[in-house]
This record gives sequence, C-alpha cells and structure tokens, in this order.
Amino acid sequence: MAAVPLDWYLILAGLLFAIGTVGVLVSRNAIVILMAIELMLNAVNLTFVAFSHYMGKNDGQVLVFLVMTVAAAEAAVGLAIILNIFRTRESVNIDDINLMKW
Amino acid sequence: MDLVGLIPLLPILGFAAIGLGGRWLPKKAVSILGPGVVGASFLMTLAVFFQLFSLPPSERRVVTSLFSWVVAGNFSVDISFLVDPLSMVMALVVTGVGFLIHVYSVGYMGEDPGYRRYFAYLNLFTFSMLCLVLSSNFLLMYLGWEGVGLCSYLLIGFWYEKKSAADAGKKAFIVNRVGDFGFALGVMLIFTTFGTLDFGGVFSQAPALSTEGGQRIATAITLLLFLGAVGKSAQIPLYTWLPDAMEGPTPVSALIHAATMVTAGVYMVARCHALYLLAPFSMAVVAVIGALTAIMAASIGLVQNDIKRVLAYSTISQLGYMFLACGVGAFTAGIFHLVTHAFFKALLFLGAGSVIHALSGEQDLRKMGGLRKYMPATYTTFLIATLAISGVPLLSGFFSKDQILSAAFFSPQGGNFLWLLGIVTASMTAFYMFRLFFLTFTGGCRASEEVQHHIHESPHSMTVPLMILGFLAVVGGYIGMPHALGGVNAIAGYLAPVFADLPHLPEPSLGMEYLLMATSVVVAFLGISLAYFFYVRSPQAAERLRQNFLYTLLLNKYYVDEIYQALIVSPIVAGSRWVWERFDLGIIDGAVNGSARLVEKLALRGRQLQTGYVRQYAMAVVMGVVIILAYLVWG
Repeated sequence: MAAVPLDWYLILAGLLFAIGTVGVLVSRNAIVILMAIELMLNAVNLTFVAFSHYMGKNDGQVLVFLVMTVAAAEAAVGLAIILNIFRTRESVNIDDINLMKW
Repeated sequence: MDLVGLIPLLPILGFAAIGLGGRWLPKKAVSILGPGVVGASFLMTLAVFFQLFSLPPSERRVVTSLFSWVVAGNFSVDISFLVDPLSMVMALVVTGVGFLIHVYSVGYMGEDPGYRRYFAYLNLFTFSMLCLVLSSNFLLMYLGWEGVGLCSYLLIGFWYEKKSAADAGKKAFIVNRVGDFGFALGVMLIFTTFGTLDFGGVFSQAPALSTEGGQRIATAITLLLFLGAVGKSAQIPLYTWLPDAMEGPTPVSALIHAATMVTAGVYMVARCHALYLLAPFSMAVVAVIGALTAIMAASIGLVQNDIKRVLAYSTISQLGYMFLACGVGAFTAGIFHLVTHAFFKALLFLGAGSVIHALSGEQDLRKMGGLRKYMPATYTTFLIATLAISGVPLLSGFFSKDQILSAAFFSPQGGNFLWLLGIVTASMTAFYMFRLFFLTFTGGCRASEEVQHHIHESPHSMTVPLMILGFLAVVGGYIGMPHALGGVNAIAGYLAPVFADLPHLPEPSLGMEYLLMATSVVVAFLGISLAYFFYVRSPQAAERLRQNFLYTLLLNKYYVDEIYQALIVSPIVAGSRWVWERFDLGIIDGAVNGSARLVEKLALRGRQLQTGYVRQYAMAVVMGVVIILAYLVWG
C-alpha cells in the first residue's frame, strides 16, 4: 500500500488550522469559539503525528497525549466560565463581554 | 579603678528602666530608682576617688578601656574612661550635686503628671554628663557633649504644651548647635593634625606644635573648641539661650543650667590646656570674652524682675569668671570656682524653686517679699548662698573669686583692665544678689491674698538637700584656702598633677595680695550696702532710678535678643521661606508632579488600545504570528 506522502498531511493540518483561526476571529458565540480552538489544537496534533511517523520516532505521539490532556482541561474550564457568564449576563455573545479594558 | 565603668552605666540603666518601663512602675519605685541610681553612682565615684588618692601623685592618671568603639582604617576610638584628679572633681560634682537635686525633684515635681518622663530625662542627662567628664578621648566627650545638649533641650521644653517653653527649648538647641559646629570642626582638625583623638596621644604630641606654623594650627583648634565652649557655657555672643532656658523646671535650672552642663565648657578648656598654652591669642580671647561676659551679664542681672532670670544672668556672669581664670592661665582657680559655684548656685536655684513652690508658681520679684517668717529653712540657706556668691569673707565664693581676681591681676596674660572688669562685676554681683534677697525675704508680702494664704515651708525632701548644699557652700571654699590666709590650698595641690606642665606664675608679694583681697571685700560690702539702701531703707529711691535711660537699656538686656532677631533670625527665616516657596515648591515639587503628569497623559493615549473585545485581541495575536512568519520565511 502506497503511503500517503507527508505533504498531504501538512496541507490538511494547515487547512484545519486556518479554518479554526477564522472560526475564532469571526464567530461571536463563545461556544463556537471554543470549538474552533479545539479544531486548531487538533490540526497541530495531526502535524505531530505525521512528523512522528515520518521521522520514525515516538516523541511526537507522546506530545499529542499531552496536548489532548491540556485541551480537555481547557475545555472544561472554558465551558465553566462560559456557563457562569451566561448565568449572570443571559448571553454567550462575546461582544457583550467587553469589560476587559482599562 | 574597674568601677569607673559603673559610674556612667548606672544612670543609663536608670534611664532605660524608667524610660521604657515607667508606665508600669509605681510612682514610689520611680522616686527611689531615679535618685537611687545617681546616689549609687556617687558612691562609685567616691570609691574610685579614694583609689586614685591612694596612688602617688605622679601616677594619678589611669585610663580604663572598656571596648573598642569605632575602627576604620587608621582611625580607632575606644570607649575608655580617664581617671585623674580633674575628671574626678567633675564627676564628684556631677553625681554629688546631681544626687541632691534628684532628691529635691522628688518633692518639687511630685504633683507633675510627667513625673516619670522627668526622671528618665534627668538620668539620661547624668549619664551624658558623666561621659563628657570621664571620657579619655574627644569622640566620647563629643557624645556626652551632644547628649547633654539634647537633655537640656528636652528638659527646657519639659512643659511642651506651653509655647514659651517649647520655643525656649528650640532656642537653646539651635544656639548650642552653632557652638557644637565649632567643637566638631575642632575635633576633626585635631584628628587631621595628630592622627588620634585620644587625650594622652594628643596632649603628648602637642609640644610639637610650638613651631610658627604649628602655633597657627593650635590657635585654630583652640578657637574652634572655644566656640563650642561659648555655646555650651553661654558666653558672648551665644549666651542668649540661657536666660530663656529658665522656662524649664527649677531643679533642671539648678542641675543643668547652673551646676553641671554649663560648666562643661570650662572643663573642656581646662582639659585641653596643653593646646591652649601653645596659642597665646586663644588664651587672650578666652580671658577677654570671659571678662566681658561677666560684666555684661552682671549688669543685666541688676534690674531683672524674674527671680530665675536674675540667677540665670548671675550664672552667665560667674561662668565668665571661670573663663577669665582659664584665659589668664589660672586653670586651677577656674576649676575651684566651678566647684564652689556648683554648690552655691545650685543652692540658690533650689531655694528659688522652694520660694516659687510656696508662692504657687509666682516668679516675679515684685510680687514677693516677707517670706522670712514663713520659710525659715529656705531663708537661712538662701542667705548663706547669697553671702557666698557675693564674696563675703570666710564663705566659699570669697576664696574662689579671690583666686581668680588675683590671678587676673598678677598673671602675665592678665592685667589691670581684666582685674578691673572682674572687681566691678564682683560689686554688681553683691548688689543684684542682695537685691534679690531683700525683695524676696524681707519687708511686707506683696503677693495677692489668695497666694499669701497658701505660703508654706517646703517638704523635707526639698529642705534637706538645701541644708546639705548650704553646708557645702560654707565649707567648700576651705579646699582652696590661699597661702596668704594661712591655708594650704588643697585643691591646687590636688590638681597639680593635671596641670604639671603649666608655667609657674610669679609669686605675688603678700602685701599686694592682702590689698587685692581687701579691695574685693570692700566692693562686696559696697554692693550689699547699696542694695540695702535701695531696697530696704528707701524704696522710693529705687523707684526714681526706673526713669533712667540706662535702666531701660538693662531691663531690655541691651536689646541683644532683638538685634539677633533682626540680623540673624529674620533673614534666615525669610531666606528659608523663599527657598521653600521657590525651590522646594517650584522646582522639586514641580519636577515630581510634572513627570507624573507626563506619564498620565501618555497612559491616557495608550489605554485606548485596550478595547475589551476579545476578538480584537485574538486578531492582534494572529496578525503578530503572520508578521513573524512572514519575516522568518522572506526576511
């Protein structure tokens, strides 16, 4: 079976990362932003795995587990914050939450 | 001799105990502890004194070094005490008279709410004064010198809620600062010249300065040191603080401003006589300043109406006598007068305190009178002291004053003029002291009915010290009875090891000496009779004198305070105000406030960047990444 070349993995990961970035920038829904961030993280995971296979080393795969753990923790904390904001402000629109200034 | 360290240690322990723990100590304990530590210190001094006495005269100079205090390069100073006849005389006076005054204070200050604070300060003063007189180097002496100045300030302003007292304290401190500045410069010059501050080292090297250039340095050193003495001992031109210092409690005036601290200058000059002898010009300055101060202060004292102020001017005048003695080379006579003066002047002040106490705080002589029958103990002791200071024969003041006058006359550095100033002062002294005495104790009482009702003799804690001092004021003079009267002049023999390097004065002829003695007795009785005439026989004659121009001039103290105010104080205040308003408020505050305002302006702009919109922040991050990537790829 002919192996999929490394380039393709990288292009796919780049596309996924770009989609995630655009999602973060354009979306106003906090939950969608959170999901977009997950997408970016997974794009990075993909490159890790691809390089790991290409180089024949396991270091990248170990790092992926680390990223997944952190991502899980981040999602939990992020959702908790969003939940609390929704309870107090009745909204998950990120532009309503603009008190983070001077 | 090892006990010498305990002499100053006990009072500082008393200060620590009363000063730190006074709130929790019962008043009774303070009454015992305060005088007790000074009394114990007096016993230590006596013990050391007798140890010293058991040595042969030529070995009576013992330095006890406790520990090394400051070491920096080739500069090193120990905490070390010098025990020699001179320092022992001073220590005995300080602890002995000091102890009596502490005891007196128990009665005098008994009702005062600041009782504990008072004794703490008084013990601290005793410690500083003992450091001053027992030190064996200039630095420790300077410590004591500044310490007594501080305590003087604290005790003059003891009743600080009274504005006049607080002002008087400040005045004393600031005027003394002028003198201390000179003293500090003198000490520094000594160090640069001799490379040490130790008395032994300095005075043994002093003869090396007898070259012409060296003499100039010696003159500079001695004049600077004398400036310190002028401030501390209230001589022209820095005497104005002492009359104002009478705002303090009366025992303080007796201890600090009559018996001990103000004589520190005389002690210092006597201690440094090895340097002064090398500088004839400085000696002349000391003698002339002393004589002029003596006569000027005495003339002011003639007309003052406040009982304590008369005594204050009298103190200045007597200190002038002591400097006159030192200036003509008769250091022994100066120290002798210092001792007798400590006895009778402390007694006069304590007697005045007793009078003020009886009259519910009245200090004006015009509202006193006729106290003889109410206060027999105070009356008798006060009379003794008055006779002693006036120079009536057979009392202490006669012997010491006579030695000074005779030295002023016979010494090569003296002369008829200095003697004349001294003898006129002596007659003025007799006059103003008996004026004070007659106005206070004889005639009818001029106090108001209510005050008269309260007049009472003081408690025993006050009258017993008066009697002891009265005894000393009578017999104190016999330690220095001149050869001409068949005495042995014990104090001169006792102090001889200290002043061994003094050139021998020509032996005056007996006839001349008797003549001088007779003159001073005659002028003393002249002063007394004048006072009797004006204030007992015909008071209306005294009234007529009041119209005189001279009287007004004297009453206003030659307007010296006003002149100082106009020439020195006002310009300095105006200058300081100008600097404050222009420089401090304008430039310093302007620079500080201006830089703060600049940062504020910049920050107002800068904070616009933070909009609070998360997506904008995210956008900024992405843009940053893109730019960095672009730089890495194409840059």
